[in-house]
Amino acid sequence: MSQSDSYDDVVKTRREESFAEFEDHRKGFIGKFHHALHVTPALVPLIVLVASIIIFGLLIGDRFFSPFSLTLILQQVQIVGIVAAAQSLIILTAGIDLSVGAITVFSSVVMGQFVFRYGLPPTFAVMGGLVFGTLCGALNGLLVSRMKLPPFIVTLGTWQIILASNYLYSRNETIRAQEISSEAPLLHLMGAKFNVGGAVFTVGVCFMILLVFVLAWVLRYTAWGRHVYAVGDDPEAAQLSGVNVKRTLLSVYMLSGLICAFAGWALIGRIGSVSPTSAYEANIESITAVVIGGISLFGGRGSILGTLFGALIVGVFTLGLRLLGADAQWTYFFIGVLIIAAVAVDQWIRKVSA
Amino acid sequence: MTKLMASTALAFACMAGAAAAQDSEISACLITKTDTNPFFVKMREGASAKAEELGIELMTFAGQVDGDHETQVQAIETCIASGASGILLTASDTSSIVSSVELARENGLLVIALDTPLSPIDAADATFATDNFLAGELIGQWAAATMGDEAENAKIAMLDLNVSQPTVGVLRDQGFLTGFGIDVGDPNRWGDEEDERIVGNDVTQGNEEGGRTAMENLLAQDPEINVVYTINEPAAAGAYEALRAIGRENDVLIVSVDGGCPGVQNVADGVIGATSQQYPLDMASLGIEAIAQYAEDGTLPEPTEGKDFFDTGVQLVTDAPVDGVESISVEEGMDLCWG
Repeated sequence: MSQSDSYDDVVKTRREESFAEFEDHRKGFIGKFHHALHVTPALVPLIVLVASIIIFGLLIGDRFFSPFSLTLILQQVQIVGIVAAAQSLIILTAGIDLSVGAITVFSSVVMGQFVFRYGLPPTFAVMGGLVFGTLCGALNGLLVSRMKLPPFIVTLGTWQIILASNYLYSRNETIRAQEISSEAPLLHLMGAKFNVGGAVFTVGVCFMILLVFVLAWVLRYTAWGRHVYAVGDDPEAAQLSGVNVKRTLLSVYMLSGLICAFAGWALIGRIGSVSPTSAYEANIESITAVVIGGISLFGGRGSILGTLFGALIVGVFTLGLRLLGADAQWTYFFIGVLIIAAVAVDQWIRKVSA
Repeated sequence: MTKLMASTALAFACMAGAAAAQDSEISACLITKTDTNPFFVKMREGASAKAEELGIELMTFAGQVDGDHETQVQAIETCIASGASGILLTASDTSSIVSSVELARENGLLVIALDTPLSPIDAADATFATDNFLAGELIGQWAAATMGDEAENAKIAMLDLNVSQPTVGVLRDQGFLTGFGIDVGDPNRWGDEEDERIVGNDVTQGNEEGGRTAMENLLAQDPEINVVYTINEPAAAGAYEALRAIGRENDVLIVSVDGGCPGVQNVADGVIGATSQQYPLDMASLGIEAIAQYAEDGTLPEPTEGKDFFDTGVQLVTDAPVDGVESISVEEGMDLCWG
């Protein structure tokens, strides 16, 4: 413990001094722009987000540009946004988590069944769901950090295990919104909404935004946050410089599981009922948001704010295209284009020019 | 975990039983898309009960998830190898499974498609299914009659299954529009209609989350929507949440198809106006009877007159019946529901 405290001190004192910086030898607008993108990874998705809002706003007009529509996008992306925050942490460590969607839906099922099958008080059921999600994350984390199995393989396995257990445990039965409203309104908490001048926010949306900002701060300003980046960038170098790689990985996977459980809670608020068939695509959708948000799949690079923007870009395209009356297929088409474009931009930013 | 082990043990026991029984008795196979969806659970119950009654050995197989085609192919091969007399199949992939089905038929097995017709439908010896077009037509007629003269000015949201337009989704959608009195254009695909009363189509994946998002998207296009067609009851529950969020849950008519217990309960609670109920238990038990008959004297099951499949029936469930559309009450619907 004292070790990390002194590490903090060092960081604090050193911050006064000037660090080694990338010197910009290139000239002209492109060079400066390139440099700006390099030092601020969330800038690209932010530009794409603003551009797509403006384009759809021009094409559609008030129906899209209203506070109602714009906050609707927030509501529609809240589940994916929260799950993508968890996915970002994992991908920053150069891992990938295919089980996030399964953990999300199983956590929501646990919360529902604890109340309706075992008659436990809702507060306890929610805590049970959160603990459950954390344990699922811990399972992934132990297999990755102790057994040294590749994250892709581990979570490919746990995805199936957790999803199958979810169906078996829930017997694929839905708990209806009416019963939840009357007996366990706490489960609907994340769906509670409030109006601010035509804009509709839900507790879940606020949770998503708050979560992203807290994680962004933690990743940037705490020792743990820097360890996450270090482990993702080069685990051996991190180990040699005194980072406990195993413990960092385990904590990242556990935190990811916990966040997914919160997403499960938000899921109940959004769809009203507890349904074991929801959110099963959240793993792919969250990876999409992370990639479009500019976090490198090779780890150690990118900002979690970018992930939020990435999720919002997908939401803007989905609603925008639907309002234009386009066939739903076009949404998938453009999301695919965006994914490839995002990786291409990522490569361009990384390119070291002579 | 114990449940998992128990069911595995049970599966082995069933297989062993079937293997031992094959030289003396008749055996049959039931292959469903998954073994956790309440619809298929009910199907298995119906098949097991009838098989026990007739003294037939039943083997059951299921894919892990909807769309798990490989497992179904393996199941058919296992069935052929075990010397069963017939297969009841709910195909995940209606066209790709055809070659395996042909193999089974060449080996003298009777293959009956349950719930989901194969493409082409005559790839199986028979199809026992709900008339999905009729199921849609009933809720369409009910919605039009309930609105009366206002049906002329209806604003309709169509919440469909998914972008690949599987037959079941197309039939229900087109049936609803026909029942409502709207020209459907090409009856083999949804979305090509010109009628101005249709605000738009969106896809739900047949679950609550998809239903809510699709409803929100269509409401953003036209907040005045007053009729909502939904592919199934989970999608309807999601659509209701979207309407509730903007305070319009009481002035919009939602109709659906399926007849699952939570869905029928939602009709009782006024979430859904009316739903068309289908009968998985009957599909399976009639299927087992047909296999027994075939094993005895080689009789092939006959399709319902005027249709290319055996119609296992569909009934409209509502507590607000209208003239000219036959329906049953929610109470009767609860007795017949599944899941």
